[in-house]
Amino acid sequence: MSEALKLVPKADTRQSMKDFKSDQEVRWCPGCGDYAILAAVQGFMPDLGVARENIVFVSGIGCSSRFPYYMNTYGMHSIHGRAPAIATGLATSRRDLSVWVVTGDGDALSIGGNHLIHALRRNVNLKILLFNNRIYGLTKGQYSPTSELGKITKSTPMGSLDAPFNPVSLALGAEASFVARTIDSDRKHLTQVLRAAADHPGTALVEIYQNCNIYNDNAFEALKDRDQAQEAVIRLEHGQPIRFGTDLSKGVVRNAATGDLEVVDVTPETESRILVHDAHAASPTTAFALSRLADPQTLHRTPIGVLRDVERPVYDTLMADQLETAVEQKGKGDLSALLAGNDTWTVVG
Amino acid sequence: MTSQVSSPAEQADSAEQPGFSPPDTGDEPSRLAGQRGSAPRSDGKEVRRLDRVIIRFAGDSGDGMQLTGDRFTSETASFGNDLSTLPNFPAEIRAPAGTLPGVSSFQLHFADHDILTPGDAPNVLVAMNPAALKANLGDLPRGAEIIVNTDEFTKRPMAKVGYDTSPLEDGSLDAYSVHPVPLTTLTLEALKEFGLPRKEAERSKNMFALGLLSWMYHRPTENTEAFLRRKFAGKPQIAEANVAAFRAGWNFGETTEDFAVSYEVAPATAAFPPGSYRNISGNLALAYGLIAAGQQADLPLYLGSYPITPASDILHELSKHKNFGVRTFQAEDEIAGIGAALGAAFGGALAVTTTSGPGVALKSETIGLAVSLELPLLVVDIQRGGPSTGLPTKTEQADLLQAMYGRNGEAPVPVVAPKTPADCFAAALDAARIALAYRTPVFLLSDGYLANGSEPWRIPEPDELPDLRVQFATTPNHTLADGTEVFWPYKRDPHTLARPWAVPGTPGLEHRIGGIEKQDGTGNISYDPANHDHMVRTRQAKIDNITVPDTEVDDPSGQARTLILGWGSTYGPITAAVRRVRNQGHHVAQAHLRHLNPFPRNLGEVLRRYDTVVVPEMNLGQLATLLRARYLVDIHSHTQVSGMPFKAEQLATVIEEAIDV
Repeated sequence: MSEALKLVPKADTRQSMKDFKSDQEVRWCPGCGDYAILAAVQGFMPDLGVARENIVFVSGIGCSSRFPYYMNTYGMHSIHGRAPAIATGLATSRRDLSVWVVTGDGDALSIGGNHLIHALRRNVNLKILLFNNRIYGLTKGQYSPTSELGKITKSTPMGSLDAPFNPVSLALGAEASFVARTIDSDRKHLTQVLRAAADHPGTALVEIYQNCNIYNDNAFEALKDRDQAQEAVIRLEHGQPIRFGTDLSKGVVRNAATGDLEVVDVTPETESRILVHDAHAASPTTAFALSRLADPQTLHRTPIGVLRDVERPVYDTLMADQLETAVEQKGKGDLSALLAGNDTWTVVG
Repeated sequence: MTSQVSSPAEQADSAEQPGFSPPDTGDEPSRLAGQRGSAPRSDGKEVRRLDRVIIRFAGDSGDGMQLTGDRFTSETASFGNDLSTLPNFPAEIRAPAGTLPGVSSFQLHFADHDILTPGDAPNVLVAMNPAALKANLGDLPRGAEIIVNTDEFTKRPMAKVGYDTSPLEDGSLDAYSVHPVPLTTLTLEALKEFGLPRKEAERSKNMFALGLLSWMYHRPTENTEAFLRRKFAGKPQIAEANVAAFRAGWNFGETTEDFAVSYEVAPATAAFPPGSYRNISGNLALAYGLIAAGQQADLPLYLGSYPITPASDILHELSKHKNFGVRTFQAEDEIAGIGAALGAAFGGALAVTTTSGPGVALKSETIGLAVSLELPLLVVDIQRGGPSTGLPTKTEQADLLQAMYGRNGEAPVPVVAPKTPADCFAAALDAARIALAYRTPVFLLSDGYLANGSEPWRIPEPDELPDLRVQFATTPNHTLADGTEVFWPYKRDPHTLARPWAVPGTPGLEHRIGGIEKQDGTGNISYDPANHDHMVRTRQAKIDNITVPDTEVDDPSGQARTLILGWGSTYGPITAAVRRVRNQGHHVAQAHLRHLNPFPRNLGEVLRRYDTVVVPEMNLGQLATLLRARYLVDIHSHTQVSGMPFKAEQLATVIEEAIDV
C-alpha cells in the first residue's frame, strides 16, 4: 500500500464497481463525457482497496460537481470554487480518509483559483480531478478560463478576449507535487492516471479533458480522432523516450541554445537527443516545458500522462507531527493548568 | 499636590457624603477616587488611601504603551484590585513618530470594590511626548495629575502637534497637577553601565515610567521583573537593562521631592466571591473557552482562520496549544478559513473560524452552506468599526444585522454575545453547546473593546464546565417499506430537530450532503415546492426552538417604569450608569441579552412590562430594529458609533432623561 493511503483502512472484502454506485439517478446530459469518468472512477475504486466508508468526494458547483451524489461513499456537494478549501479541512483533520475533489475548469480555475493554487503549494493529501471541458455548461454555454482565445459563446458573441489558462502549467507553477492529464474517453489511460494519483502522497492534480456535447462538442476531437490523434497526442511514460506520431516518428528534444523543448523528426542523428521522460525530476522545469508544447488553439502536441510526480512533505503529516511534538515537549494539554496561567491570586471567603 | 479626584463636582460629592457606601455601587461619581484616609510610608512620605484610580499611559505607537499598560494591569490584578482596561491604538504598526494619529494609549481603572468599566476620565495621565499630551488632554478632568516626559518637549516635537509654546511653561496646564520628569535622560543615566547604544537604552523609558507608577500605587514588582526576564530570555543584557530602568523609576519616585505622596488602593476583597483569580482579556478568554469546549465535547478543536484585526490574537493563542490536539490552519483567505473549518466539522471536529466584520462578509456563502448542511460550526466575529475596512482597531456593534440576516435565502443562525472580557470564556462554551446540540453554525459576536480589554476572572474548576459531549450516528436510523435498514442524514431528532452527525469512516452510513435543497429525511436532492417550503420552515423552527435561558431583569426596588436593555460589550458602561442613576434615587430596571437569536422566550413579556425601554448600542439601532419588528414595542434607541465604548456618565444622563420623559 502506498504512503498516501497508509493510514486509510482497507476494505475487509473485495468491493465491486456496483458497491460504489449510489442509488441516485445520474442526471448529466445524455452523451456527456462525465459518464465515462464516473464509470472509470467507480470501476477503479475496488482496485484501490480502500474501505468505502473512508472515501470522501467533495465538489464545488458545476456539472462535474454533481459527481459525489453518484458515488456510494461519503460526499459533499459544496459551493462554487471552495471544494479544495473544504477538503483541506477534512483531509488535515482526518488522515484516515481518502479525500477526492471533483471540480471543473470554471470551478477550479475561475472562482476557485485561489484555493486550488494554495492546496497545491501546501501539498495536502487530496486528489483533485479537474474536468476540463473548456466551457461553462451548467450556466448554459459561456466561455471558461480554459476556452481558446476568440471563443464565440453567448457571453462573447464577438469572441472571447482573454487568453486561456493551461491548467497543467498553472499547477506546476503553484508547486504541485503531482500533475497529470488524461482524457475522458480513454478509460485505460484514465484509470492508470487515477491509480498513480491515488498512490501519490500529497496533492495530486489530474486534468481530465471532458467533452461537453451540448455547449462545446468535440472540443477535444483532435485528441480523439483516429487520424489526428497520433500527431496530436504525446503519451508520456516515465523512463521512456518522449515520442509520438505515426510510427513514433516524432520526438521531443531540448534546444541547446534556449533550453526550451521542441519537436523533431526522429532520425538517426536526433534519436539520441530525444528526451526520456522523468516524472520524478526534482526540478519542474522540463515538466513545465512539456506542458507548453500544446497549441492552445488546436491542441496539437498535447502531452498526456503523469507530467510530474515528486515526493515532498505532506501538509497533513507535518500538521499531525507538530501536534505530537507539542505533546512530547509540553505533555498532553491540562485544562486546569492552562486556565490558571502564571499569575493568579486567591480570594478567601 | 492635589488629591486625586476627577472633577470639583465629584470631589464635592465625596465631601458631602463621606461615608456613603451602598453595597451595590459601581463607578458612580460619588465614589470617584474618593479618599479613604492617609498614613506615612516607611520612606517617610505620605500615603493616601484611595478607593479607585484611573490611569492612562499614552505615547507614540513605538513607545511600548500597550506593554506598559499590560504590566501595570498584571501587577494590579495580582494585588487583588478589581480592574477594567481600555487599550486604544492606531491601525498603523508605526504611525509617523510624534504625530497625533500615532498616539497609542492604555487606560486602566482599578479599585478596592467592584467596578464595571475602564472609567470615563483618567485621574492620571502619563504622557510620553507632546502628541500624547495633546491627544489626551481633552479627556482629563481639572485637577488630574499629568506625568510628562520633559525630554520630548523640545521645539520640533512640539511644533509637530501645533504647540507654539511649551504647554509645560505657558500656563495652559494650570488646572492640572503636572509632574515634569525627564524620563529619557533618567533612563539613559540609569542604564549607563550597560553600554547599550543610545537608541536601544532609550527604549526602556516605558519601564522607567512603569517603575515610577508602580511606586506611586504600591504595586508588587516581582512579576514584572520575572516577565521581563522571560520576555528577553534570549537577550539577557536587554532583560537586565529593562529591569534596571524599572527599578530606577521606582527609586526615583521614592527619592525625588516632586512625588511627595503615594497612593494605596486596597484589594477588592469584598467584590470577589472566593476562588482563584487571574486577569484575562476577551480574546484570551475566548480562545480558552474554545479549547475548553473541545475538551468538554471530547472533540478535536479545528480552527480555520485568516489573520484580521482584532481577531488574530485568537489564532495566535490557539496555535500555541497543539498539545490539546488543537489544529490551527492559517488559510489563504477568509473563505478558505471557514471552508476548512466546515470540512473539519464534516469530519467530526469542533470547528471554528475567527474573523471580524469584513471577513464575515466574505464567509457569508459558506455560512449559508453550513446552514444547509446542518453541521456544527462556530463563527467568531470580533466586531470593529465599519463599513468596509472602517476602523480596524476600534470597537463597534454594527455586525448584528449582518450576523442575523447577511446571507441569501432564509438562513437563520443563532447569535451569542459575551458581555465582558472574562465572559468571552463562558460565551464560547455556550456557543459551542448550541452548535453541537443543534448541528448549526453559531455566531459569537465579541468586539474590539472586549477583545483587548481585560478584567479579573475567577478561574473555573473543570467540573464546573458544561458537558458538551455529542453522539455520532453509528447505525442506520430508518427502515424502508421493504424492511431494509438505511441511514437518512436528514431524519431529525424530534425534540431538537437536529439531524444525525454521521462522520466519514462510519461503515454503512455513507451519505452525500450539499447546498442544493434536500428532501426531508433522505437528504436526496429535491426541487419539490412543498418540500422546500417544509425544509425552510423546519430550519427556522430548529433555530427558534433552541433552549436559551429567560432574560433576568435587575430591578431592586421593583418600582421601575423604565428598562435599560443592552447586548454584548455595553454591559459594563450600562450597568455603571444604572448604578449612578439608582444612587440618585431613581428607579430603573436593567436587562442584558446574551442570546440575540433566538431571543429568550420571556423577552416580549419583559419589554411590555415597562413604559419605556431604552436600548443603548454602538451602532445605529440594530437591536432596536429587531425588537420593534419582533415585538411591536416602541424602543428608545440610544446610539453611538465613535469607535469607543460608552461612557457611564453619558449613559446615566440618557437614562435620567428617559425616566423624566
